[in-house]
Amino acid sequence: MSEHIVSPKIYVGIFAILMVGTTLTVMAAFHDFGAFNIVIALGIATIKATFVVLYFMHARYSPKRTHLVIICAVFWLAIMLALTLTDYQERPILGQRAAPDAVHQLPV
Amino acid sequence: MHRTGELYGQFQTLEQQKETAALGMWIFLVTEVLFFGGMFLTYTINRHAYPAAFGMGSNTLDIYLGGFNTVVLILSSLTMAMGVWSAQVGKKSLVTIFLILTLILGGTFLGVKVVEYKQKFDHHLIPGYHFDISYCAKSPTNCADLSPAARETEDKQLEEAERLDPDLNNHAQLYFSLYFGMTGLHALHMIVGAGLLLWLLKESVGGRFGPAYNTPVEIVGLYWHFVDIVWIYLFPLLYLIDRKAGR
Amino acid sequence: MPRDHYLNATYGIRSWLLTTDHKRIALLYLASVTFFFFIGGTFASLIRIHLLTPNGFLVTPEMYNRLFTMHGVAMVFFFLIPSIPAVLGNFLIPIMIGAKDLAFPKINLLSWYIYLIGGSFVLYSFMTGGLDTGWTFYTPLSSVYSNSAVTPAVIGIFINGFSSILTGLNFIVTVHTMRAPGMTWFRLPLFVWAHYATSLVMILGTPVIAITLLLAGLERMFHLGFFNPALGGDPILFQHLFWFYSHPAVYIMILPAMGVISEIIPTFARKPIFGYSFIAGSSIAIAVIGFVVWAHHMFLTGEATYAAIAFSFLSYVVAIPSAIKVFNWTSTLYKGSISYDTPMLYALGFIGLFLVGGLTGLFLACLGLDIHIHDTYFVIAHFHYIMVGGAVMGYVGGLHFWWPKITGKLYPEFLARVAAVTLFIGFNLTFFPQFILGYLGMPRRYHTYPPEFQVLNVMSTAGSSILALGYFLPMCYLVWSMRYGKIAGPNPWPATGLEWKTDSPPLTENFHVTPQVDWEPYDFKNRKDLGLEAGAPLAPAHGDD
Repeated sequence: MSEHIVSPKIYVGIFAILMVGTTLTVMAAFHDFGAFNIVIALGIATIKATFVVLYFMHARYSPKRTHLVIICAVFWLAIMLALTLTDYQERPILGQRAAPDAVHQLPV
Repeated sequence: MHRTGELYGQFQTLEQQKETAALGMWIFLVTEVLFFGGMFLTYTINRHAYPAAFGMGSNTLDIYLGGFNTVVLILSSLTMAMGVWSAQVGKKSLVTIFLILTLILGGTFLGVKVVEYKQKFDHHLIPGYHFDISYCAKSPTNCADLSPAARETEDKQLEEAERLDPDLNNHAQLYFSLYFGMTGLHALHMIVGAGLLLWLLKESVGGRFGPAYNTPVEIVGLYWHFVDIVWIYLFPLLYLIDRKAGR
Repeated sequence: MPRDHYLNATYGIRSWLLTTDHKRIALLYLASVTFFFFIGGTFASLIRIHLLTPNGFLVTPEMYNRLFTMHGVAMVFFFLIPSIPAVLGNFLIPIMIGAKDLAFPKINLLSWYIYLIGGSFVLYSFMTGGLDTGWTFYTPLSSVYSNSAVTPAVIGIFINGFSSILTGLNFIVTVHTMRAPGMTWFRLPLFVWAHYATSLVMILGTPVIAITLLLAGLERMFHLGFFNPALGGDPILFQHLFWFYSHPAVYIMILPAMGVISEIIPTFARKPIFGYSFIAGSSIAIAVIGFVVWAHHMFLTGEATYAAIAFSFLSYVVAIPSAIKVFNWTSTLYKGSISYDTPMLYALGFIGLFLVGGLTGLFLACLGLDIHIHDTYFVIAHFHYIMVGGAVMGYVGGLHFWWPKITGKLYPEFLARVAAVTLFIGFNLTFFPQFILGYLGMPRRYHTYPPEFQVLNVMSTAGSSILALGYFLPMCYLVWSMRYGKIAGPNPWPATGLEWKTDSPPLTENFHVTPQVDWEPYDFKNRKDLGLEAGAPLAPAHGDD
């Protein structure tokens, strides 16, 4: 990691931002934005996560290779989520169609 | 056995050793993203399919305990970052202090989780044969505290949810399987993190971390911040579903 | 033989079981993967014997399910995935880049122990009721209804996944930070590029199978409902999660073999490889594109139409980088000075068999055609052409190519060539009839078949006995050569990589002095230090000259 030393003032500032974000997300939960509920919740969480990655994890002061590693992680997660969800466009989850059944007793 | 701070045999320079350690931890964190990611995918599919059950499940969680834990964990990330800073500027005793603070905050988080899990156990919300979403579904504290009026409101909400979803109990059980799976895996990672912090503490008491050598603090810090990030996502996804009615 | 090398540096069982020398760890892995190859091979033999008659005379239907499952689990997770990376990759990568060891030698050793622990759980499962779910563990059979020892197997594979992850992590960091001065990315041997790409797949994919098997195991143990429709879960979700890893896993199995071929072909054609940067880039392309094709395993599950179309198209796209490699290898042969030594025989066999396997994969990627040949012997033939005709031949060929470096001895060349040809003939006799069987409609994973398929089945079983001989011969003469083989010298072929500048066997620290690299890879014309004069006739050293 680079020896760029981040000052405690910045750390405390980021902490304050994260507290604001946490408060906002709880407040937003008590309002109904319809389909945007999840967008707002995940959006605020992502902004908070970005601040943690950039400043607490020093990504802002790290070599480009570290940025590539982070982007790959996010991108691969996105692939897994997005492409799986394309399969659920035309069909419901299988369990929705099944009748409720007793839980089976089975050897482990 | 090499002592920390020395050059290991396979490296040419300390700079190479430090660069290697950091890259190694970042790549390990990539694997963790995909590891948790599988459960996030399962959560996404199931929440989309069973919104009523997920809402009911989420409402049984104590938003104050969850919020408190979120603050505690983010604060622990701050103290961890301050621990790294202390090592970088050579304030060796501060390193120890910040590591202890981080440990205390992490321990607090885990303590609250134990309390929450115990509540779930009391309220028949552990997935398995005794799972029953209708038992004190709404009150996160003691069921006996519910006034008759509050109990009636709750019963109405339960009826409404069951109308939307006849198989509510099974689907709520899915929610709780994911709740325990995701927070449980997260808690396990925190316990490992606590172990790493204890090791760092032992080394820092010996004054081993300073401007010339602070790589272990840095990379344990990376791990700790990652665990914090997972919780930053878990909190809204698990605790804050369907809270709009002021529940 | 050099006086001091990694094999005689220290003595005693502790010096092997607690070693952090990447070369010794490679040999530890060699022993373990060979053991699991035996296990998987035994199950395969039993399957083929059982299928000699249409009504299956050898085992009960339930036992048959266990045979093909355990064959798959042992071969995929405990042989194919670790083999080339953990044996040849571990041994060669530090030497090829001019380093003393991998970035994290102790984690390397830990990887091996994790592999053993995972393997023990799986062996325990095999011995206490076996597994009958298929290596694919589809739910709810695996997570609810199966009466076999699923839980320990799932735990074992979960644990084994971390062995893979740590190996991949080690390789990636090593290639980034441990290269010798002058060893730029585009001077790296293609073997290293192949393993870098493989490691990307290992670290991005393996965690997903880990969490998937964890969830399936938890479902089985605690009667949860993630993948059980009776409780609101979705078995198709399991399949998505499972194949998200298991498709890229097949690239973990083939990319290293392609890396081996890229080293062998230029050596025995005495020519620089054609299109170095394209082969390097295609390895990365295969690793990346390989992650977005997984649902082609699910075309018959009621998959959404547009999703199926996208996955089918992408499955065709992923064949392109593989084809580029095949074209480049073939172009390397053109106007080369070719000698048919054993490694070259394996490499040439690889190109032909991989071609067949790869093209038949395209048949399967075609949505309409897959409806007819999915879950038939066509699929089995396709993946065995790639896994055995490709990956295993790459592994065995690589073992032969680097055997002089690893042991300091030469194996007997004539016997080795006989074995290679035997393997090739046995392989084709075993698996080509299966393409026909599949096309004619014989389903896979069935313990019986219609009587009209018997001739082809008998042909396949006969072939498998020849194939077994082809595996057995190298096991004998390679072990023999360790004691009685001719001394190899540093560069018997000769070949151009950094590893051929070290002693055979190498020092524990690999190099006396850190090399300074100022030459391009596969540069046969200009490497006077290797004794490669332009225009001079070159003859590889043979163990039975």
